[in-house]
Amino acid sequence: MREDLVVVGNGMAGARAVEEILARGGAERFTITMFGDEPYGNYNRIMLSHVLAGEESDEIYLNPLDWYRDNDITLHAGVRVVRIDRFARKVFADDGQVLGYDKLIIATGSRTFFPPMDGMWVDDRTLTPGVFGFRTLDDTTAMLDYAQDHRSAVVIGGGLLGLEAAYGLRRHGLDVHVVQGGSVLMSQQLDEEAGAILRRILEDEVGIAVHTGQRPAAIRSTGSVAGVVLKDGSSIDADMVVVTAGIRPNVGLGVVSGLTVERAIVVDDTMRSVDDPDIFVVGECCQHRGEVYGLVAPLWEQAAVLADVLTGADPKATYHGSRNATKLKVAGVDVAQMGLKRPERDDDEFVRFSEPRRGVYKSVVIRDGRLVGATLVGETDKVAFLTQSFDRGLPLPDERVELLFSLAGPSEAEGAAEMDDSVQVCNCNGVSKGDLCGAVAGGCGSVAEVMAATRAGKGCGSCKSLVAQIVEWAGGSSAPDESASWYVPAIPLDKPALIEAIRAQGLRSVSSVFAALAPSGEDAGSKMALASLLKVVWAGDYIDERDARYINDRVHANIQRDGTFSVVPRMSGGVTTADELRRIADTADRFEIPMIKVTGGQRIDLLGVRKEDLPAVWESLDMPSGYAYGKSMRTVKTCVGTDFCRYGLGDSTQLGIDIEERYKGLESPAKLKLAVAGCPRNCSEALVKDIGIVAVGDDRWDVLVGGAAGASVRQGDVLATVDGRDEALRLTGVFMQYYRENGRWLERTYDFVPRVGVDELKALLVEDRDGIVAGLEERMQAAVDAYRDPWLEGREPATEGQFHGSLPLIPLPQVPIRDGSSSPAGLPSANGAMA
Amino acid sequence: MSSPGLTAHRLGPASAVPVGEGRAFSVEGRQIAVFRLRDSTLRALDATCPHAGGPLADGQLDARKVVCPLHMRTYSFADGSCPEGPGVEVHPVHEEGGELVVEL
Repeated sequence: MREDLVVVGNGMAGARAVEEILARGGAERFTITMFGDEPYGNYNRIMLSHVLAGEESDEIYLNPLDWYRDNDITLHAGVRVVRIDRFARKVFADDGQVLGYDKLIIATGSRTFFPPMDGMWVDDRTLTPGVFGFRTLDDTTAMLDYAQDHRSAVVIGGGLLGLEAAYGLRRHGLDVHVVQGGSVLMSQQLDEEAGAILRRILEDEVGIAVHTGQRPAAIRSTGSVAGVVLKDGSSIDADMVVVTAGIRPNVGLGVVSGLTVERAIVVDDTMRSVDDPDIFVVGECCQHRGEVYGLVAPLWEQAAVLADVLTGADPKATYHGSRNATKLKVAGVDVAQMGLKRPERDDDEFVRFSEPRRGVYKSVVIRDGRLVGATLVGETDKVAFLTQSFDRGLPLPDERVELLFSLAGPSEAEGAAEMDDSVQVCNCNGVSKGDLCGAVAGGCGSVAEVMAATRAGKGCGSCKSLVAQIVEWAGGSSAPDESASWYVPAIPLDKPALIEAIRAQGLRSVSSVFAALAPSGEDAGSKMALASLLKVVWAGDYIDERDARYINDRVHANIQRDGTFSVVPRMSGGVTTADELRRIADTADRFEIPMIKVTGGQRIDLLGVRKEDLPAVWESLDMPSGYAYGKSMRTVKTCVGTDFCRYGLGDSTQLGIDIEERYKGLESPAKLKLAVAGCPRNCSEALVKDIGIVAVGDDRWDVLVGGAAGASVRQGDVLATVDGRDEALRLTGVFMQYYRENGRWLERTYDFVPRVGVDELKALLVEDRDGIVAGLEERMQAAVDAYRDPWLEGREPATEGQFHGSLPLIPLPQVPIRDGSSSPAGLPSANGAMA
Repeated sequence: MSSPGLTAHRLGPASAVPVGEGRAFSVEGRQIAVFRLRDSTLRALDATCPHAGGPLADGQLDARKVVCPLHMRTYSFADGSCPEGPGVEVHPVHEEGGELVVEL
């Protein structure tokens, strides 16, 4: 049974919210009805300035009427909702309709603010002929009509909208005056100097007369507009007035319906009215954390959060406000602005470049090394980089001038390559770099196709060149990036080719692999993966260079945020004894272990162990390593199987212990977590393990691979149902060895299994289609035979200072602090103090 | 043979730093990480990663850089710079009579 969703408002916010809801499967959950004040489908308000300027306007409709029909949405266009009865959950429309709802979205937007002024109105409802707002499609077409046979216009208000109106009318040949009360044009976005440069362009190049510091006192009218009288007594003759002196949120519906309204309808972080959990508010008519947004970019974010919460796609989604960043084309001039216009504190850095003759102005404000503001007029090629730095607080180049200009730095195309996927490219339509790349991947071959598919560049158009660069970059080379298949970044070979080269050339150490195969030699970031691979290839015949190991593998423990380590002894199958527990307790006492934690893998973790204590801790535990630190076989969880459980169908406990004992510590592309369950009740969670084994009765076992319940959740695929526990043990090893030899570095089985395909794995490993199983078993046996408990190294360190502390421990709030009974880190110190 | 303005500090036997690894030393209250590259030459940087306090001496290294073990930021041996954030100081270091000598 679908719920009734009523959307009041069919503007950009209302329609976007519905689009986001549909994208989350909302059509299955809701019967959607929309009310729109205007008698149209949904259009892009940003495009109105293009329509006015007579530029391309075929794209103004975001969703034509077909879209409503195709998505089963009932649209009441030209009908206004006048009241909500929240207790009966009904809306009342001005055409007499009454409609019930389960969920309601208010997206009534805002309207033109007409400052009180003589001559503005004929009566309560009718503007003097020749006076226009600039807000709707009707405003725009009426203005265009009127401009046909009139000669001059005054625009009241020199903000963004006013300048767009002025520019559009000027394009139709009218004499245009802009009257701005303050001293700066677009004062919301620009400082004096930037405003002055924009003004010069408008006056000299576009031919608009700008009057700053002037307030209109009245509109002169002779039945229709005749001019504007200013407060200083002067007047401007004109037969048309456009009022762009601000907007006001449409909150009347909220007020009469008893919702909390301050500057707009107040919402919480889930975009719900603070008064009613079934009413959501989005766009210019909502007030979130004291902010009311008048630009389009924030509403994309709001609509996404609203849809996440409303559909349950992500019930915990929250909106935290939008950073104030705009990029637009105003009167033909590119303008971008974000954050602060001017420095506010004494130690804020302020870097400026101004070239009025060319109409270029750039400034940045930096606080504590982070970009907190930027203004660009006339030349906005650095906007992508600046937006990213602003949004993410990225580190800035020491040469601050590089923030304003591309010196020898990356070209624009490289800029496109370096942008993060989530960076918004088209603010007008909320399109990110990732969306553009997705469109290219989805088959759009040209810039025009990508723009058509995503609407990027269809708003103000200021992002078109960046869109083109990204499309070119994303599709530039039709071949996929080759390096993506390399096993390590330093060597241009995929894993099978690399293994073949290592075998053919007999390369047994990481340094010899670099020397033979890496074009640029040694690379720190490739060492760990190569060390792991060499152990897989050569088992015991590998030449172990300690520097090739990651710190965890050097000291056989897992490094923690404060530089201490965690110690997890092996406890095969999660089965322990009173003796072991006693030793663990004694060890924890003796070494003042700050935290003892039972892990998800059925073991016990001793956290906060200092590096120099590791050998003594191991000796005191007298247990083998549990490999909780490596890219390796970690643990096998079990349930209690048949010994005690009333339901058990197979001895899962013993099988788990045997698997862990046999394959303990084996290197693999990523960690391996296993489990064995004694019946399909699956108490040990074997269905979501890298390898899971489930008893199904009569000594038959399901072997599942590729499951996960971490950052990804995936149920394992059944590789085979085998007869006998020994067969399960063997097949586990075969799969493990195949993964060891073919998995990409850090590729978990939940990616590896779908990549290869479970049917292919069955053919290769169960049916032995290609005759590789015997080889896999043989190499696995060699690896098992080469095993040596690394914790024995505690008795005889592999290198000098293997267990020297590397830092004085920094006490962090999350890590309990020990008392200072011994020296902080056992550091050797200079000047003879070294023992 | 210390450079002008710097003081030489002897840190004990050169064998304390194995090939391809780093070790931390306390020098006049500062923590200094000394590294031995695979060509046996020495490098020295501040021992603490300015990002989150990671122990650089525990990092993996190559001829040009060391990688912090906590979050994989890299620091250049040439100038201590880090592409992802603030850098660290580089200190002159050499071997003299079988001993490590760092200049601060």
